[in-house]
Amino acid sequence: MAVTKAPPRTRDTGEDRHPAPDPQARRLNSPLTLTLLMLLVVLCQGPIREALGAPVMQSWMTVFVAVLVQALPFLVLGVLLSAAIAVFVPPSFFARALPKNPTLAVPVAGVAGVVLPGCECASVPVAGALVRRGVTPAAALAFLLSAPAINPIVLTATAVAFPRNPEMVVGRLVASLLVACVMGWLWLRLGRTDLLKTPARHAYEGQGKGAAFWGSVRHDVMHAGGFLVVGAMAAATLKAVVPQTWLRTAAENPVIAVLALAALAVVLSICSEADAFVAASLTQFSLTARLTFLVVGPMIDLKLFAMQTGTFGRAFALRFAPATLALAIVVSVLTGLVML
Amino acid sequence: MNRQAQSAVLFVLGAALLHAGLTDLYLRYVKAGLRPLVLAAGVVLIATALTTAWYEWRAKAKEQEHAHREPRVSWLLVLPLFALILVAPPALGSYSAMRTGTALQQSYGYTKLPKSGPVRLNLADYAGRAVYEHGRGLDGRQIVITGFVALDHAGSPYLVRMALNCCAADAQPVKIGLTGQIPPVLKPDGWLQVTGTYTAKRTKDTVNGGPIPYLEITQARPVPTPHDPYDETWNN
Repeated sequence: MAVTKAPPRTRDTGEDRHPAPDPQARRLNSPLTLTLLMLLVVLCQGPIREALGAPVMQSWMTVFVAVLVQALPFLVLGVLLSAAIAVFVPPSFFARALPKNPTLAVPVAGVAGVVLPGCECASVPVAGALVRRGVTPAAALAFLLSAPAINPIVLTATAVAFPRNPEMVVGRLVASLLVACVMGWLWLRLGRTDLLKTPARHAYEGQGKGAAFWGSVRHDVMHAGGFLVVGAMAAATLKAVVPQTWLRTAAENPVIAVLALAALAVVLSICSEADAFVAASLTQFSLTARLTFLVVGPMIDLKLFAMQTGTFGRAFALRFAPATLALAIVVSVLTGLVML
Repeated sequence: MNRQAQSAVLFVLGAALLHAGLTDLYLRYVKAGLRPLVLAAGVVLIATALTTAWYEWRAKAKEQEHAHREPRVSWLLVLPLFALILVAPPALGSYSAMRTGTALQQSYGYTKLPKSGPVRLNLADYAGRAVYEHGRGLDGRQIVITGFVALDHAGSPYLVRMALNCCAADAQPVKIGLTGQIPPVLKPDGWLQVTGTYTAKRTKDTVNGGPIPYLEITQARPVPTPHDPYDETWNN
């Protein structure tokens, strides 16, 4: 119970987002809130433990903590690598490495996602940087879609999460690459430059490399970590509270199962470094439905939609996101039919 | 959340992961093989916290104010801190076990049993041999099994072990029914070491219709929760 009380408290502190007249007071605010929150919880330890003693709350918390303990190491690993690339690899390198012909550049950029590790939170700014450095938008978009889904960290996490189904790793790789390339080519044919707002600024200019690196790590952990908590809460609720018969009903119908997990992937917005573990926990669902979850999640979810809107503009995101979702579902089902 | 608060959250989160990884606590949530990764993540989080605090302190010294804030969703990171440090929820027990159907699967093969003496069997191993091998080689043998107690709606007792692929979120129970000299008082979630013999009696799991074999028990004694409460044999 007490745990569910925490978010409203934090929401109070959200008021300090509005520019306050006195900067000194604003600076003090969040550490102070944090300290008060910690003190309050420590003081109320007894009642909190009692409230959490119910079996359903205990199961919920166990699954919640489990998803986080499981996913945090992979999140941290991905964040470290994406920070290293953002800081130590010059952006012009990517423009030079891609072929001049845009039709050819799309699959090359898509495949480049395999060697460039990073989670989807990192891939949006990287894709923005690529467009700014003169990479054709179609190739940058293929990279944007493929990199978070098929990089070595995500594929390793998938293999760890599905130890008995190595074909899931291959299925994820193939389906994600296909979607990324097709979306890139679609943009070449149908895309209009006026839809794409070119991003302008560079986040880490004017800082030392060390400061930029650790700043990027901190920023990504805080961002992605917060969304990961939301995902873990949803996974725990599904596992411990939602009656198993509901899940079974949804899982039994192959069409509903696929659509339900695609919708879940969009809503949960889990980091691609961690989503395999959530997918593995959805044991009632078919492998094809879970593959859909793994292909859709890194390409389009609520958090990514927000980030794409911010980076490339709303006109773009409103067209790009639904098209990606539909294509990802179709390709996952086809891949599932062939491979799983 | 400003940088000082972020630094504090990152530090405590890293410390919590280190604490979990250095004790047996992490085994309640994830499989044993993830220990090095959990520890490494703890170290990186603490390093991030320290560097954040350092750069923040240096920026302050240089009077470079930047009021850049992280979104409110970052505040949610304090929830796992409280959950892990203050509550440290137990490994999944009878509540989850009875909500979920038995996950017994046919094994690729069974190892040879020792020729004489009581046989110590993993719970899932016994269940597999009883259901799919019809107890071949188990007749008349004393069998020793460890698991926790779970009671169904009618109050009939089961001995359960949660099998896990990766973390507790994917844990699934394997159940065996208890018959014979059942102790008069059985506490759900209590760990028992039972000694008994194979019986052909079977039942179906009410949740998913999966097969549940029985064990005719002659003796049951409470044991402490094992180091690793989950059955990880499915990882291999």
